[in-house]
Amino acid sequence: MSDEDKHGQASSGEPPAARHSTPMLDQLEAGPWPSFVTGLKRLRDAGDKAYAPMMNDLLGQLEHSYENRTGYWKGGTVSVFGYGGGVIPRFSEVADKFPQSKEFHTLRVQPPAGYHYTTDLLRQLCDIWEKYGSGLIALHGQSGDIMFQGCSTENVQKAFDEFNEIGFDLGGAGPALRTSTSCVGHARCEKSCYDEVRAHRSVINEFLDEMHRPALPYKFKFKFSGCGNDCVNAIHRADFAVIGTWRDDMKVDQEEVKKYVAKAGRKYTIDHVIAMCPTRALSLNDDDTLDVDNKSCVRCMHCLNVMNKALSPGDDRGASILIGGKRSLKIGDLMGTMIVPFIKLETDEDYQRLIEFGRRLIDFFAENALEHERIGETMDRIGLPAFLEAIGVDPDPNMVNHPRTSSFVRTDDFTVEAEKYFERKAREAGLNVAAD
Amino acid sequence: MNSTVQPRRPVETGVPDPFPYMHPLMRKNYGAWAWHDRLRPGVLHHVAKSGDQIWTVRAGTQRQMDVFTIRKLCDIGDKYAEGHVRFTTRSNIEFMVSSVDKVQPLIDALNAAGFPVGGTGNSVSMISHTQGWLHCDIPGTDASGVVKSLMDMMHHEFTHEEMPNRVRITTSCCQINCGGQGDISINVQYTKPPKINHDLVSKVCERPAVVARCPVAAIRPALVDGKPSLEVDEKKCVCCGACYPPCPPMQINGADSTKIAVWVGGKHSNARSKPTFHKLVVANLPNNPPRWPEVTEVVRKILYAYKENGRDFERLGEWIERIGWPRFFELTGFAFTKHHLDTWTGARKTMNMSAHVHF
Repeated sequence: MSDEDKHGQASSGEPPAARHSTPMLDQLEAGPWPSFVTGLKRLRDAGDKAYAPMMNDLLGQLEHSYENRTGYWKGGTVSVFGYGGGVIPRFSEVADKFPQSKEFHTLRVQPPAGYHYTTDLLRQLCDIWEKYGSGLIALHGQSGDIMFQGCSTENVQKAFDEFNEIGFDLGGAGPALRTSTSCVGHARCEKSCYDEVRAHRSVINEFLDEMHRPALPYKFKFKFSGCGNDCVNAIHRADFAVIGTWRDDMKVDQEEVKKYVAKAGRKYTIDHVIAMCPTRALSLNDDDTLDVDNKSCVRCMHCLNVMNKALSPGDDRGASILIGGKRSLKIGDLMGTMIVPFIKLETDEDYQRLIEFGRRLIDFFAENALEHERIGETMDRIGLPAFLEAIGVDPDPNMVNHPRTSSFVRTDDFTVEAEKYFERKAREAGLNVAAD
Repeated sequence: MNSTVQPRRPVETGVPDPFPYMHPLMRKNYGAWAWHDRLRPGVLHHVAKSGDQIWTVRAGTQRQMDVFTIRKLCDIGDKYAEGHVRFTTRSNIEFMVSSVDKVQPLIDALNAAGFPVGGTGNSVSMISHTQGWLHCDIPGTDASGVVKSLMDMMHHEFTHEEMPNRVRITTSCCQINCGGQGDISINVQYTKPPKINHDLVSKVCERPAVVARCPVAAIRPALVDGKPSLEVDEKKCVCCGACYPPCPPMQINGADSTKIAVWVGGKHSNARSKPTFHKLVVANLPNNPPRWPEVTEVVRKILYAYKENGRDFERLGEWIERIGWPRFFELTGFAFTKHHLDTWTGARKTMNMSAHVHF
């Protein structure tokens, strides 16, 4: 207790308690990359701040971890009034040695879509966190949240209230809808195929109840990338990945193509653009213009990336939706699987359809997934045909690398299914269908 | 408790609107950009269909930032840029300016303050990483320390664009792998089954849920010394650690048994090849704080083998796809063992079912 008293006084202007010695962490201050240890020490040495003693003990505990190669945090239950998630509780298992950092909770706070800030806004966030927390902020965590790391149980509500007052809300944690991310997209990228900010905000803000009051079988993540470069890693890291694409022909500025070839060289262009096309959809003409076989193009983005000024996406833009990406637990890694090859994203109705499809998936997940099962695992467990039927999506050859190779399937309704396919095709082509 | 004080109800605002914070030129030309190029490593130049131009200077950060570091970045943003910043998925900060004249003074100010400018194009960007000993409840290592050690080693490759293509590296402090897929991934790999504290299991763990978490059905309920507990069939156990988060008395970490493995060839982008998972290169590296020299050395070997041998635009995995795994192991000098042969569901599809051989 005497130790704790000493620390308690430190914040009220008394000489600070003895600093923990941190010989191992000190070695992480050397070298050219910015050092997080130097940052932690700045907080420890901010003598007039209430968090300084907390950060002294935090450094002590971290050094203790480095010495013993063991983590010393455990979870618990801490939340804010009205919400069931969004706070990551951390209680120290070595609080007897490091009492000032015995509670070191994180508030997950949703950043502005696309991670845009003004310096004024960042300063406001810093000021709030300096008042109630540790002064340590991660920009950003792997889910996409601003991670305000290091808060006592008592201060969690106060910190949240102030963040909330300036328009910030908690993110997701536990079996819930999680905080989303979107790429820079429309704000500064010529390849962006839909309005990522609009998609991100309208989808997530529609389902906030699922984020703030966790009641799903397990986590559910949306991520939004404006093109196939997938800068926010949506296909692998999201249950619901929205990847920008276009249906019509890519745009080619032949004069710019010629300029590129003149500068890069013909051999270089053939080796690094034409030959690297995954579907052999490109051909360089004798006059150094480009032939594109748009029906073979898969919108991989390689040639658009390389010949940035000459090539751009077509005008009929929207997105593909891939479902079921996740990391290792429990059945192993899964990439998202193509479920909606194209959804137009232009009008209010288009974005409404995206929200409705999101709702259908969340409802399906809530009703059908087992506890601690991601939707990708549910898809594997029940098989893609049953999954598609449940979410009301028709089979499409874009969903597979190739049709099945196993004959172990009952096909006595094959003809009926084939008729449905032809009816669907006829409807898409605008023909009258007898069944209508 | 003072019952007269009403707690404040949250305002469920959700994702904040970024437009009030966005650089005015980005707001003005939203959805109407024409093309871009790179002036030098760390500097992007975007041109809008309107003819407007914007320059972006990208700098690396330590991700886990103290408020003083953030304020310093804000000071630089106010003095040398235009008060608007954004962050990339990999924790780099970007300053946007409306005039090319502002670029060099901004770079100078960032460098003077210790922030490396780079991370664009065919460079090694900042490592995406997890929380580790600093804040996680189940960590096997400290991602921040591993990342600091690696980024020190790769500083030149962050500030220069000399790689065949972009290099995206990740680290993770347990096998859940929150850091995600990477061209190179540095991940904790447990090597021993969990050590069970039987006194605590029935008090702390929901036993059926723990049994259900095991991917190989190696956990079963048992009475140990008359107490309800769990036991692990150690012959079946794959040491994945899935039982540890729901049941902390099943300690998967050990100071000597928690090791580090390095993986290669993960890719998120769809450019050229489809997205891929990373593949094992080396396991059983020591978890050696504070600078993890053995891990740094392995990453250095892989990185420079790729730098010297990859062709322009080949990602690391695509380079290996071309030269073949035998040549990869030769060039890097690592051993190929039985542990590189996948044994998980779908493993057969990872085998070479053809007569294609590299010599």
